[in-house]
Amino acid sequence: MIGRSLTAERSSASHLLGIEGLEREYVEEILSRAREYRQALKAGTVENRLAGKLVANLFFEDSTRTRSSFEIAAKLLGAEVLNWSPTGSSLSKGETLLDTVRNIEAIGPCAVVIRHRASGAPHLVARHLRCSVINAGDGIHEHPSQALLDAFTLQDRLGSLEGRAILIIGDILHSRVARSNIHCLRLLGAQVLVSGPPTLIPSGIDALGCRVVLDFRSVLRQIDAVMALRVQHERQALSFLPSQREYAALWGLDATAVGQMKPGALVLHPGPVNRGVELSGEVLDGPRSVVLEQVSNGLAVRMAILERAA
Amino acid sequence: MSRPILIRGGWLIDPLHGIQARRDLFLRDGKVVEVSDQPLSIANAQVIDASGLWVVPGLIDLHVHLREPGEERKETILSGCRAAVAGGFTSVVAMPNTVPVNDSAVVTHFIRSRADQSGLCRVLPAGAISKGLQGVELAEIGALVAAGCVCVTDDGRPVMNAGLMRRALQYARPFEIPVMAHEEDLTLVGDGCVNDGMIATRLGLLPIPASAEVTMVARDLLLAEETGGRLHLAHLSCAQSIELVRAAKRRAIRVTAEATPHHFTLTEESVAGYQTHAKMNPPLRRESDVRALWEALADGTIDAIASDHAPHGALEKELEFEKAANGIVGLETSLALTLELAWKGVLTASRAIQLLTAGPARAFRLPGGHLGVGAPADLALIDPEAQWTVDPSKFFSLSRNTPFTGRSLKGRVTHTLVGGRLVFQRGEMMEPLQ
Repeated sequence: MIGRSLTAERSSASHLLGIEGLEREYVEEILSRAREYRQALKAGTVENRLAGKLVANLFFEDSTRTRSSFEIAAKLLGAEVLNWSPTGSSLSKGETLLDTVRNIEAIGPCAVVIRHRASGAPHLVARHLRCSVINAGDGIHEHPSQALLDAFTLQDRLGSLEGRAILIIGDILHSRVARSNIHCLRLLGAQVLVSGPPTLIPSGIDALGCRVVLDFRSVLRQIDAVMALRVQHERQALSFLPSQREYAALWGLDATAVGQMKPGALVLHPGPVNRGVELSGEVLDGPRSVVLEQVSNGLAVRMAILERAA
Repeated sequence: MSRPILIRGGWLIDPLHGIQARRDLFLRDGKVVEVSDQPLSIANAQVIDASGLWVVPGLIDLHVHLREPGEERKETILSGCRAAVAGGFTSVVAMPNTVPVNDSAVVTHFIRSRADQSGLCRVLPAGAISKGLQGVELAEIGALVAAGCVCVTDDGRPVMNAGLMRRALQYARPFEIPVMAHEEDLTLVGDGCVNDGMIATRLGLLPIPASAEVTMVARDLLLAEETGGRLHLAHLSCAQSIELVRAAKRRAIRVTAEATPHHFTLTEESVAGYQTHAKMNPPLRRESDVRALWEALADGTIDAIASDHAPHGALEKELEFEKAANGIVGLETSLALTLELAWKGVLTASRAIQLLTAGPARAFRLPGGHLGVGAPADLALIDPEAQWTVDPSKFFSLSRNTPFTGRSLKGRVTHTLVGGRLVFQRGEMMEPLQ
């Protein structure tokens, strides 16, 4: 199965480094292709479009769902998958990022899927590699496949996002999910509101085209969907937050809050959820929650992304 | 003694003496002997035809990192001196954050002897404020000054301990040297690596607020006022810092300040695309800060332009942005970037030259910086019309880290003389035989 095509040089790589700067048509195309893939998955008619090709999964930072999702998506398309992670690898022996990825490239992947703790790491890699680079999350910058699967999930439930009001709550400062979603939702015509502890709202975020709301409860009645972001434990040590308990009380979504939203409004979360912090158990398991749909839709969306990049 | 030199037919710009006119200069025994508005003719002298050129005092850079001892891969004292004289500099102040740190007379002597061997540029060592730059105990400032240090600084890092900074300003007083401060409150910087604002937010890079610099400037101005110590503020980058310095100067606090060409030329926008050559400490700021720097350079709030020449290899720069080293090389681009402000009309030509000569000399009480009779025969000849494009592969510095690659500049050094000796001429080093 691994043949000549694996090492063939590509002339024009097709990267997915972020949502910022993408054309709306590109995003619509990915989403529409993802709908086809979801159908094909149900019907069991997926074609091996990546047969004979190799996709390298380079996860410099821990991830379970994104990595598995890309891996399964690639395999469903018939690709071979190289899973690479820094544990016990040369990274701990002082190799630079570029040297590591050059070595991986020498094995001949048509695309590398990269997750890295440093913002801009996939951009650095893309400048030096000939194969396609897919950003699977870089630092606090972007997580484009997450935003695309969120948009897919929202469109699936709400139809067109034109004019819809989407509220993102939480640690916007350290969230790549928030940044990618702001770009993606704006591109698709939605109105984006962000809220969270003021220590975690980065300056100039409104210049991305969203509106900062200090008291999110005051706008719930106009909201079509809420996206709650994961709050990291380590934010307490640097005094961004006093405690998870206070976060849950002030910024967590419970059934009362959800009840104030528009009828049919949705609750999303990129996961993993701190149950009882960002979302109460009742909300997470309740009828508005599409958290598990986000995960399953991720597969079809990543198939569309890989097909495009390979 | 080298042969006497006659510089003939040049346009002298000597800001200290308010001269901008055609003058001939006669140099002998390392000094300026005669400055004449009549053509001079001296038997035996080597004649340098300066027609069409500016003749200016040798440039002085108060802030360079020469990396030797310890990081000779990035720069050596010799290569740094080559870069300096190629850029028109005849004196540079060498920062102490070498390996080992220049916190003892032994290291100071080493730097001076290496500089003497290179025979190109005057290297004026800066000693450390604190032992090992640890910010805990004072270094032996008396011994450092006796060995030839012209200031003390922990540059590269701030003196976070206000008590230590206060003591340093007090202790340095009898030596009449400035205490140079790298102003950065590390608790406000955190893991930040770019200016706080839109660019940081868009790129997902943690922000450094202006207050990280400004609060420390405010603190040290208060300490300088209280102690009567001499404070020199390195690489100011924020409009609010400048406001504080302007007010402090009105109150006659003993403070001087410098700005770098990159901070008055570039904004945070240069970081877009994760350009590590635009990663600096302090970070590149906003357009309004750049404008404030222009105003401060023009009105005297800032005394000197200093390059903060910080050589790094690809190993430190071809990295993830947050891991990449801060800083750029500057010695070979400083003059032309300063002249950009003159061509734009932000500064007069004389003020631009002053900021690179008499200004820094006055701030550190150095002997050069002017070309009066009896002054050291340190000077640079500049072709003000020369157009050139920045090409790092042509740098004399061992490092290539500059964000100005490909930039078209106007004004270039043709000759550099140190102590009456021609050390650089039209692209060539004239090094003494070793």
